[in-house]
Amino acid sequence: MRQRLSRMLASPINQRRLQNFRANKRGYWSFWIFLVLFILSLGAELIANDNPILVSYQGKLYYPMFKTYPETEFGGFLPTETSFRDPFIIEEIESDGWIIWPLIRYHYDTINYDLQVPAPAPPSRENLLGTDDQGRDVLARLIYGFRISVLFGLVLTIASSIVGVIVGALQGFYGGRIDLYGQRFIEVWSGLPVLYLLIILSSFVQPNFWWLLGIMLLFSWMALVDVVRAEFLRARNFEYVRAARALGASNGLIMFRHMLPNAMVATLTFMPFILTGAITTLTSLDFLGFGLPLGSPSLGELIAQAKANLHAPWLGISVFITLSLMLTLLVFIGEAVRDAFDPRKV
Amino acid sequence: MRSIHEKSETQLASPILRVRNLSVDFVQPTGRVSAVKDVSFDLYANRTLAVVGESGSGKSVTALSILRLLPYPKAVHPSGAIEFDGQDLLRLDEPQLRQIRGSRIGMIFQEPMTSLNPLHHIEKQIAETLLLHRSLTPQQARKRVIELLTLVGIPEPEKRLKSFPHELSGGQKQRVMIAMALANEPDILIADEPTTALDVTVQKQVLELLKSLQQKMGMAILLITHDLGIVRHYADDVVVMHQGKVVEQASCDALFASPQQEYTRTLINSDPSGSPMPIPEQAPTVLSTEKLRVWFPLKKNLFGRPTAWVKAVQDVSFQLRQGETLGIVGESGSGKTTIGLALLKLLQSQGEIRFLDKRVDHLNQKEFRPLRRKLQIVFQDPYGSLSPRMSVAQIIGEGLEIHGIGSEAEREQRVIEALKEVELDPDTRHRYPHEFSGGQRQRIAIARALVLKPEVIVLDEPTSALDRSVQCQVVELLRNLQQKHQLSYIFISHDLAVVKALSHRVLVMYQGQIVESGTAEQIFSAPREPYTRALIDAAFFYGQKEKVQV
Repeated sequence: MRQRLSRMLASPINQRRLQNFRANKRGYWSFWIFLVLFILSLGAELIANDNPILVSYQGKLYYPMFKTYPETEFGGFLPTETSFRDPFIIEEIESDGWIIWPLIRYHYDTINYDLQVPAPAPPSRENLLGTDDQGRDVLARLIYGFRISVLFGLVLTIASSIVGVIVGALQGFYGGRIDLYGQRFIEVWSGLPVLYLLIILSSFVQPNFWWLLGIMLLFSWMALVDVVRAEFLRARNFEYVRAARALGASNGLIMFRHMLPNAMVATLTFMPFILTGAITTLTSLDFLGFGLPLGSPSLGELIAQAKANLHAPWLGISVFITLSLMLTLLVFIGEAVRDAFDPRKV
Repeated sequence: MRSIHEKSETQLASPILRVRNLSVDFVQPTGRVSAVKDVSFDLYANRTLAVVGESGSGKSVTALSILRLLPYPKAVHPSGAIEFDGQDLLRLDEPQLRQIRGSRIGMIFQEPMTSLNPLHHIEKQIAETLLLHRSLTPQQARKRVIELLTLVGIPEPEKRLKSFPHELSGGQKQRVMIAMALANEPDILIADEPTTALDVTVQKQVLELLKSLQQKMGMAILLITHDLGIVRHYADDVVVMHQGKVVEQASCDALFASPQQEYTRTLINSDPSGSPMPIPEQAPTVLSTEKLRVWFPLKKNLFGRPTAWVKAVQDVSFQLRQGETLGIVGESGSGKTTIGLALLKLLQSQGEIRFLDKRVDHLNQKEFRPLRRKLQIVFQDPYGSLSPRMSVAQIIGEGLEIHGIGSEAEREQRVIEALKEVELDPDTRHRYPHEFSGGQRQRIAIARALVLKPEVIVLDEPTSALDRSVQCQVVELLRNLQQKHQLSYIFISHDLAVVKALSHRVLVMYQGQIVESGTAEQIFSAPREPYTRALIDAAFFYGQKEKVQV
């Protein structure tokens, strides 16, 4: 199976696609930049955290990022969880050991109580992009917010693509009544006001990441149905599909091996754009306050803060740059993918 | 190479168009591909020059470069001149060229279905060239359109003015195309495979029409074709092209009487010949139908009950014995392909189908699946019938995998055997279909059917998309395979020459019904029905002159 997969990936069509993808310099570089940013943000805990990565104290090694230690371990008085923001503790450790800090000494929910000015504080050496109106570091929140946005977008895109491709494939392959009823259902379903439903549903349950994902998935799977259905309707009459049927291939095999590759072209071409759409939707829900639970690091919530604190432009500017960078990179990648699958070039 | 200039006795006047050292390159990301190299020929008024060659020989590219209709700037001319009326067409600018296109030089394309705009009625389409090049009033234009339609033999032209292309038959569309090309009485008519998409009987009518129009109007015709039968009957001079180069150039009679080049000789003698091996008297019947019927619903009433039908196949009954070939012939739309698909249960049908002494027509897809390995099909289009994403080994081995035959190693072995049987190099099995030529692809398609060791193979126009010389090889291959494995074929084709070379018995279909059936000998030498006679006349009309002896 693995051999077949690698042979399929090495097929001349796919190699030419890869070449076309590389030929689009802008998209190719965007892809790498985005990948690096995404992988970095996956390790956000190592970059922005209020716990040190590694502590050496009295000849012993501690890993506060992964394990909680009581204060008494470091010469404190109370058997509570160590707060490494406490200057006393830091002093105590450094007198007999060392600390390796992450790049940014703030978790997304760490509140900086030592601000010299009332929050939101402007950028300083301590908070490179300033703090928000609750004294939390903006840079740390951006890193975590980027991660959650991209992850949300990716999971939603993949899930809705899977559902969309399956529904589209069934409709296109069987046609007739299944197709007719499926299309009518989609027409009705897509007529529902998504935003109101989200608002109503989020008043029933406290929406967390998975709730939001589920609710949005209810409506976002329709994006791909039409293209996939059209591809399957077209492929149904291809001679090599007929030939496969004449060989005795079952419906499932025909759909999976002979028709799906055609539909995948359309699907993969659409995917980056669905991803941008999903990210934008999540951001706007957060902005309206119907999104992720309170305190989550989300870009939309930061925009809402920027709107409420117009006198603190660092909020708006940094979140604007983050969002536009992310979406621009994704659109460029999407263009390159579209070029790669362009049948006129293949 | 002999030049036309040597035989000056036929030269009455100076040429109307001279092509000199024309070359065409296509610029591609991977580099330049040369399509036409150093082609020269002359065109004279009132004479027909045929450019013949197999697909990919550069004949159409040559024709298109005369009116500069190639996809510039992707196409470039590294050398050459096309002299017409004292001007070099390759050097004219676009407005000057437009004065010539459609006015002094007209063109007819291969595919009448797509060459006409489906949204405009034919009066508008024909009048367009008139209004562009001559300042006529709409009334005058209409008069001229009616004149032209009469000229190209469209019955009741006044009533046809407002017809849309889809209301016309293929032959009528091609007539409208000719009317458009002739509207401004051009000096030159370029006909790029004008009859390839048409049925044989219509083909003959269209070519006769062109001939009579040439006599009336005295224009020069540049006829691009791959069909030497047509050339022999309608051309005065011939240019033979191969791989972008002119191989031979001579007057038509001289070329057919004594071809100088080896390539020309193979081209001329590439008609499929021979006859099938006789089968033993007591050969068992493997496949038979009784009143097979395929109806497609056309209209449905309120409750979804069909109220009108297209009767694609009506009450067709036949028997196929082991080792026998049953030819099914007919023009397009006669339902012959539908029969093939219905036999394989790729379409719903009514009526009895017996396969290997078992009634199969009432079986559902799942019950029928085990029988499929004994009943295989080869399709017409060798480009469409192979999945572009699978290697040749995967394509051929798929059937084995589906029917769970053998282990992986045994399957590989059988794929190799099948490739050897269709005379392909087994080492090519890891390549992909696009790396093969049309004939090779058709061999792969045959290997895919063969690897399952079937009893019956339905061959649905397996040779129609191939060049004549490749057709012969495929016919030969099919005949050898039949003899070796005692295969039974159902051979569906509109090409009577190929059917004659391969079939024991023949069914002639017309509008979904069998018009005539009998042994091949009987059908071809003494057809009973007038329709069969017309079909055979048209098909063998071109081959009447005696074969060249090599």
